[in-house]
Amino acid sequence: MSAAVRADLAAIAEWIRPGEHVLDLGCGDGALLAYLQQTRGVRAYGVENDPENVVACVARGVNVLQLDLEAGLSGFDTGSFDRVILSQTLQAVHNTASVLGEMLRVGREGIVSFPNFGYWRNRLQVLGGRMPVSGDLPYAWHNTPNVHLCTLHDFEQLCASMQASVLERRVLTRGTRVEWLPNLFGSLAIYRVTRAR
Amino acid sequence: MSGAGSAGVVAPQLARFEVPLVLDCGQTLPAWQLVYETYGTLNAARDNAILICHALSGHHHVAGVRADNPKDVGWWDNMVGPGKAVDTRRFFVIGVNNLGGCHGSTGPSSTNPATGRPWGASFPFVTVDDWVRAQAHLADHLGIECFAAVMGGSLGAMQALQWTISFPERVRHALVIAAAPRLSTQNIGFNEVARQAIVTDPDFHGGDFYAHGVIPRRGLRLARMLGHITYLSDDAMHEKFGRELVGGEHRFSLDVDFEIESYLRYQGDKFSERFDANTYLIMTKALDYFDPATRYGAGKLSRALEGARASFLVVSFTSDWRFSPARSREIVKALLDNRLPASYAEVDAPQGHDAFLMEHPDYQRTVAAYLARVAGERA
Repeated sequence: MSAAVRADLAAIAEWIRPGEHVLDLGCGDGALLAYLQQTRGVRAYGVENDPENVVACVARGVNVLQLDLEAGLSGFDTGSFDRVILSQTLQAVHNTASVLGEMLRVGREGIVSFPNFGYWRNRLQVLGGRMPVSGDLPYAWHNTPNVHLCTLHDFEQLCASMQASVLERRVLTRGTRVEWLPNLFGSLAIYRVTRAR
Repeated sequence: MSGAGSAGVVAPQLARFEVPLVLDCGQTLPAWQLVYETYGTLNAARDNAILICHALSGHHHVAGVRADNPKDVGWWDNMVGPGKAVDTRRFFVIGVNNLGGCHGSTGPSSTNPATGRPWGASFPFVTVDDWVRAQAHLADHLGIECFAAVMGGSLGAMQALQWTISFPERVRHALVIAAAPRLSTQNIGFNEVARQAIVTDPDFHGGDFYAHGVIPRRGLRLARMLGHITYLSDDAMHEKFGRELVGGEHRFSLDVDFEIESYLRYQGDKFSERFDANTYLIMTKALDYFDPATRYGAGKLSRALEGARASFLVVSFTSDWRFSPARSREIVKALLDNRLPASYAEVDAPQGHDAFLMEHPDYQRTVAAYLARVAGERA
């Protein structure tokens, strides 16, 4: 399990109630779902497009569906899941708004986690003339899968523009909660969002 | 797969059943037999059995080689054997020839006890449901209460799916590969052309060609040639044959010009020598009739699967246009509607429908990983 997944794992698990019906979009090697299955007894499916990861999920007993997230979730009925998770996936998605919209259609509630580009160390590296590389942003500019990095403010603005409401926010730096100036001092953000009622 | 071996020399076995089998068409087979092969060992708990269901032109010889013909390698030998995805060191694997077949199970070329002559055209039409019921009798015969898994590709996958509906308590896992929940109109259309090729062959004699000492070779040949086109992708055909000319130049005759013509004729000829025309008709009809959504779910596959208890692995192949990935996703959708444990792999393979018989690392690794979990469940 990568350090990045581990950091938001506990926070996400806290928000999941036992036995819930969960969909994890971009589930990678299935580490998060395996953890949720063990600790929360969820009934879960992951969506993943990389064959290596599909095999990894199958090998660890995680239900995985090999689908292209970007092509839409038209195969999933509206409101068919209690929770839909986008763990460290949003920043690597091309059609950000449409994936977010689909997530909120399919799930009663969405959980989104992403590295905060506004974290002061990232800002410092940019100020120093370099693209940031850190624990939560481990890639170099030329090999990163991340195409749509954002800050806490950016994400919240997108939610507002989509009439999605933020129910709860958790900001972490190296696994520790950050309450003061989170857009500056937080390295990783985790949100509970839902369609505005 | 490296390090994997052959299931070795295998001999077919016969199971005879005196219990009448009532078929979907309304007719009853008073006595019947199934030919099958097994690989690996049934454990003491009798819970490590995997049933392999065959497709349109398949049979019971799934893996290994035949004692009487070492060159006759099983049709899924790249999948089944010691150390392979279906690991015969861990599982007891069964290959069975279906009713209506022409490889030793009761079928149109078998003798009808009522007349003493081959059944021919009077052999009843059988369905996927009938096959599954007959296979359940074989499971009883072998003392298998519940299969660890039932698996198959194409028409074989339809049987695996049907198992989870007909006998939900007797199958823990279903591996549904290159499947469709029912045929499309186009699929039925292709089948009908194949059937017409056979029944209009003058050597068909209304299905009773055995008595005339002939076989409807031309019809079977055409049926198989057509079938082969639908089993391959356009790209795979182009890759394999392109527009290559057999003689290097246009012959301006109806003789074979292009390599693809030569290939199709060869495949057709080979098939017409070894396959029974009536069996081909029955198998294509079984394909056409398969429709669990209508039969068990008032038109909805989700409803048809409401009673299913199995876990599923569904696999499709990107270039398969006969049963495209979209058809497999219909099955996946119905499984999710019932919140059944299910995984779905869409293998990026160029060969078309035939890919389910081929080796592709993503394909065999996914099946291997899935079945390793299945094996672990018992421990």
